[in-house]
Amino acid sequence: MLLIRCPYCGERPEVEFHCGGEAHIARPETPTETSDADWAGFLYYRTNPRGVHAERWVHNHGCGRWFNALRDTVSDRFVTTYEMGTPRPEAGSDVTRA
Amino acid sequence: MRRYSLTRLLKEAASGHQGWGRQWRAPEPKKEYDVIIVGGGGHGLATAYYLASVHGVTNVAVLEKGWIGGGNTGRNTTIVRSNYLFDESAALYNHAVNLWEGLSQELNYNVMFSQRGVLMLAHNHHDVISFKRHVYANRLNGVDNEWLSPEECKEYCPPLSISPDIRYPVLGGALQRRGGTARHDAVAWGYARGADARGVDIIQNCEVTGLKRHPDGSVAGVETTRGTIGAKRIGVVAAGNTGVVMGRFGLRMPVESVPLQALVSEPVKPVFPCVVMSNAVHAYISQSDKGELVIGAGTDQYVSYSQQGGIQIINHTLDAICELFPQFTRMRMLRSWGGIVDVTPDRSPIIGKTPIEGLFVNCGWGTGGFKATPGSGHVFAHTLATGEPHEINAPYSLDRFRTGRLIDEAAAAAVAH
Repeated sequence: MLLIRCPYCGERPEVEFHCGGEAHIARPETPTETSDADWAGFLYYRTNPRGVHAERWVHNHGCGRWFNALRDTVSDRFVTTYEMGTPRPEAGSDVTRA
Repeated sequence: MRRYSLTRLLKEAASGHQGWGRQWRAPEPKKEYDVIIVGGGGHGLATAYYLASVHGVTNVAVLEKGWIGGGNTGRNTTIVRSNYLFDESAALYNHAVNLWEGLSQELNYNVMFSQRGVLMLAHNHHDVISFKRHVYANRLNGVDNEWLSPEECKEYCPPLSISPDIRYPVLGGALQRRGGTARHDAVAWGYARGADARGVDIIQNCEVTGLKRHPDGSVAGVETTRGTIGAKRIGVVAAGNTGVVMGRFGLRMPVESVPLQALVSEPVKPVFPCVVMSNAVHAYISQSDKGELVIGAGTDQYVSYSQQGGIQIINHTLDAICELFPQFTRMRMLRSWGGIVDVTPDRSPIIGKTPIEGLFVNCGWGTGGFKATPGSGHVFAHTLATGEPHEINAPYSLDRFRTGRLIDEAAAAAVAH
């Protein structure tokens, strides 16, 4: 079980959290003009990296707030967490794997 | 290939078992092959075998970054069944069951396929209705499945508690008698031996690092840790690492890789006659011929390549096992492990073409690929040999995520995704 640092509550066990999948996936802004292929990209295609992954988490058995996190998918180590709505930080690029 | 038989066994016994030889060669890669298969798990080896045996395509290499069968093929809970709801799924998985039934004879290799029956338990009214619908849909598709009352479930699987006062009492079950288990290592080895005997090169410790393409964009070969190898067609069968391999080829895939866990108990005398699975309380259990209880747990909630999972996941499964089978509460668990499974948005596999000419993919089996091994290899071999999908895998195109023609098989593996 992972130990996750909620930016608002501090370190808590993984069972208090729910993972909301990959972060920074923007819904197409002009739905009627978006092609089927682009919809498929938005709905179904994910980065799925072997390395640092930007993802959304919610501390649903704690403060209830969402936040973003960078996590290494090989070691499961959290690199950093950051606020929703802010861009992906540079941190963690040094541990990117092939 | 030296066939295994009683006569052969007696002959070898007379010479001190010194003459058996290796089951497959360890060849150096050739400069070029007609077909390269990336991934030496069960599905990849089965594909190579059927390419050679059914289609006569023998200039084939299977490239495996580790050792064959060392990934999910050796990590699954070995269960075989085909009681899926949708027509497309029933066709695919029942095709596999049909091949399983003759597999040991076909391969001259004992895969220990045991049709001991797979019993899926219902614990609430919704389960009962849903499973009966499965039973009817399966029968229309020629897949055997029958409804059992709680007493009949108990008769079929005596260790099961059908006490009405447990938290999630058993209200009945759907039984597929043709379902069962097989020895997963033997499946990989049997296909490897059969493919090798027909001329297929099985190349281990050979990781694919990139794609070579002709000026027109079609495939020319692969870059590997053992040099560049040419190929007319390439099939990627890399399970949890499909996204990684396809990423090296410049393609994104609609899959996410997550750890799926399993565990085994200490070995005991035969106590458990069948396979029992329960979606609602999430228990998933059979007994191996060695005597260990083989228990399947769930997936973690996040993308990971760590080949281990959270302790809470296996605890959750053991809670359910202990409630349904009270006699197992004092058994010790010996080992637990994880495998990385590639899960698609609709829980059905992707078997077919990719946007790159000559590049094909067989992936997305998620938490339930082992059962399909022979059928998957058979239809993918057809796809690689002819360039077009077999009618059974035609619906499983990558393009379905664009067209929206999904095969939304929530029951795909009957474990929590």
